[in-house]
Amino acid sequence: MLDRRLVKNFDWLLFLIILALVGISMANMYSATCFIKGAGGAKIFKRHVCWYAISLTIFFIMLTFDYHILKKWGYYIYLVSIFLLLLVLIWGKITAGSQRWFRLGIISFQPSELAKLSVAIVLSHFFSELPAKRDYALKELWQIFLLVIIPAALILKEPDLGTASIILIFSGTVILLAGIRKRSLLVLVCAGLIITPMVWMNLKDYQKKRVLTFINPDMDPLGAGYHITQSKIAIGSGMAFGKGFLNGSQTRLHFLPEQHTDFIFSVFAEEWGFLGSSLLIFLYLCLILRGLDIAKGSKDRFGRYMALSITMMIFWQVFVNMGMVMGILPVVGTPLLFMSYGGSSLIFTMASVGILMNIRMRRYMFDAV
Amino acid sequence: MIRLSEPDSLNIFQKRIWWLSLFVVFLFFVLLLRLWYLQIINGKQYRKRSENNRIRLKEIPAYRGKILDRNGLVLVDNKPSYNLYIIPEEVDDLGLLLNRLSKIIGLDPQSIQKKILRIRNHFSFKPVCIKRDISLDDVSRIESNILMLPGTIIRVEGKRNYIYKELAAHLIGYISRNIRGKSGIEYRWEKVLSGEPGGMQIEVDATGRMIDVISKSPSIPGADVYLTIDKRLQQKAEQLLKGKRGAIVAMDPYNGEILAMASSPSFDPNIFVDGMDQKTWQKISNSMDHPLQNRAINGLYPPASLFKVVVSSAGLQEGMITPRKKFICTGRFLYGNWIYNCWKRNGHGEVDLHKAIRESCDIYFYNLGKMLGVDKIAHYARMFGLGRKTGIDVGNESTGLVPTSRWKLKRFGVPWQGGETLSLAIGQSYLLVTPIQMAVMYSAVFNGGILYKPQVTKLIKRPNGDIIHRFKPQIKGRLHIKPEYLDIIKQALIAVVNEPHGTGIKAKIKGITVAGKTGTVQLMEKKKKEEKEERHNEIKDHAWFVGVAPAKHPSIVVAVIIEHGGHGGSASAPIARELIREFLKPHVR
Repeated sequence: MLDRRLVKNFDWLLFLIILALVGISMANMYSATCFIKGAGGAKIFKRHVCWYAISLTIFFIMLTFDYHILKKWGYYIYLVSIFLLLLVLIWGKITAGSQRWFRLGIISFQPSELAKLSVAIVLSHFFSELPAKRDYALKELWQIFLLVIIPAALILKEPDLGTASIILIFSGTVILLAGIRKRSLLVLVCAGLIITPMVWMNLKDYQKKRVLTFINPDMDPLGAGYHITQSKIAIGSGMAFGKGFLNGSQTRLHFLPEQHTDFIFSVFAEEWGFLGSSLLIFLYLCLILRGLDIAKGSKDRFGRYMALSITMMIFWQVFVNMGMVMGILPVVGTPLLFMSYGGSSLIFTMASVGILMNIRMRRYMFDAV
Repeated sequence: MIRLSEPDSLNIFQKRIWWLSLFVVFLFFVLLLRLWYLQIINGKQYRKRSENNRIRLKEIPAYRGKILDRNGLVLVDNKPSYNLYIIPEEVDDLGLLLNRLSKIIGLDPQSIQKKILRIRNHFSFKPVCIKRDISLDDVSRIESNILMLPGTIIRVEGKRNYIYKELAAHLIGYISRNIRGKSGIEYRWEKVLSGEPGGMQIEVDATGRMIDVISKSPSIPGADVYLTIDKRLQQKAEQLLKGKRGAIVAMDPYNGEILAMASSPSFDPNIFVDGMDQKTWQKISNSMDHPLQNRAINGLYPPASLFKVVVSSAGLQEGMITPRKKFICTGRFLYGNWIYNCWKRNGHGEVDLHKAIRESCDIYFYNLGKMLGVDKIAHYARMFGLGRKTGIDVGNESTGLVPTSRWKLKRFGVPWQGGETLSLAIGQSYLLVTPIQMAVMYSAVFNGGILYKPQVTKLIKRPNGDIIHRFKPQIKGRLHIKPEYLDIIKQALIAVVNEPHGTGIKAKIKGITVAGKTGTVQLMEKKKKEEKEERHNEIKDHAWFVGVAPAKHPSIVVAVIIEHGGHGGSASAPIARELIREFLKPHVR
């Protein structure tokens, strides 16, 4: 099935970047969990390794088919993800529990991760079907706005502000890049400027406070503000060269909240300092620039938009998470791709980069056409 | 817009991707700058902080709003209290620490054990309160030994202070140990009184001294609640009730403002502030006197002769009687095989409505009650607001009970008996009312037939001057009775206090026309009572009096109930008189 031309086109640079991230992630997860009292830490680390094994397999599976299948099945995948989002909301209502996961035995599945990818596919499908133009008017775009807002609203209802805003931001970036008329953009901005204060006035006092606290965690020093303070201490105390592997005191003493999930970067920055952290940031930058390059190099419009959407999805998640733990962005609670613990996130991240690789490998397939 | 050719479109796309790449690089550069700022510029500081990471979380409690009387006199505020806390995270040996602490300030070992268990389940950075309101001596003893007591801190916090102790205790209510309103105004306005606590992250050194404030959000103080009661009048009312069991309600009949509300026996809300031991609580809650009960709104009593106003209105409005209609009172009334007595054994002779009310003749009302029947009477009782809550904006109000023939059948499975109608007509039988209902009912007779909702909250004001609640009269219902009929009853009620033979003559004040009605709740059948003599205080009747003054355009209505006080005219009327006199003092000289 895989012909030789495909193998020849395998993107070793992209693969190397991914491997480097996986390696760092393993070591860092070990450090973050090995001091957790009892068997809990070891269990988390083992599961992390397992998830990586599964998601690497999925990465390779994503290479075996022509990515145009995604275009064909795009809307079905989208519908399934909407259905699952609705189900998880209803299921959460029934069990009166958290409304983000499906628990199937030990495996829990987060439909919002699938929703992210399906929005990327639908975006690419939509723009590849539109007549090629420099800019589009609102009346040509309203459908895609709707397709993006529906899953975002459902996820917001879970409530998962992090994932919802990521979907909105990366879709926005893709739409901007596809081109939108200046006048249409102006209309959108004006509408936003009018609606925002109207919504704000209609919020209850406690809702306003929640929003303000979210924007500025210092307003809640005993809650979110405490997390950020500890995270900043952890990162800052790493100084130039870090405290060394397994030597992060913030980590060991469990000052850091959620140190193996959302705040995993603080663990890394404490132990590896500015040197290690900037290297990690550089790796992410390479990954994203490579992704954009793949988008540029793809010869068909669907592949182009698909690569762009996936890359923007990765970029915004990485940026928002890092900005959050460093205390320059609101605490939205989004994992750091590749690094954070979490099966669903890992699987869909690896699937996404698998699709990137897929697009790269098939970029010459249309030469003959 | 023109459609683009494929190469053109790719060209544009690639150009835009290039700009996007630049944007991405820029944002990552921002991250790098932030990292530089945290790790290189401030790295040393953070490193030091991480080495002795002693960041304490400190809640900044909000100042609880004051409670004031209608003239702005402070009734409840807060005073500073020294509270002892332990931060579990900073304690090496908890047993040892508690041992030392108990030696210094004498904690009881049993409660220590309990506290240890509580601390274990606690988020370890949050201070746990060990003892509240420790003395200044103890504070200095702990401060001088602070190095031996790692993890111990003393905080100055506000403590609820009920300045006049028992004054209006039922109305004001009390708070629980965690400063939540549990009853009365403290409960009703908990949300606005409590304000919003703030918080602080502070960095401390090894001895717990503050080095730096890392982050802080101020607390928002609670709002002040102004009551409609007048402290002077309230104090007088409580004085008058001293040593008795009973209640007084004084209200403005034209808008429902409560001017005073007293219930006796009372309690001192300060005992709840620090929490109390099981024993004290048992003693209070199981006491025969029920000191926590607000009898003014929660106590249920038969209205006795106070109810005659309702039956009179019903008779007039239904056309059963005219003011001139007379019945003969011989002191006894035969009904079937039963004899019903008038309180005056040798009878009132010829009685018209005016005389019947003035001298509270039972025989007149037996006759009238028999003509009306139970359900007509019940209809008018409900019109006067009985059998449902007055809607007062505080406390745990009782509904009371207005019996009907249907109610009797449902409740007991037995039909209503004609004789019970006679008891009902003089306010006995199953009929139950609260003192506040009586105040509202008599107000309606004098204010033109309006049932106002009683209210005790005059004003709620935020510390910044914002007013979030202002008293507004609220009408709960109206009497559908012709004004001239109400006038006839009013004249009779004036006669009760001011004419010879009036039962309420003891409420008379020189220079002011007081109107009113007495009531005496018979607790047992008269015969039995005679047998038992009056050995026990318990057997004495409950004494009612409702006074209204000045009768022409009243500014106050006073309802008084004294449990086992004896006759309304002798036990309660003088109390109402004193209170009215106190209220109208400026006008009386």
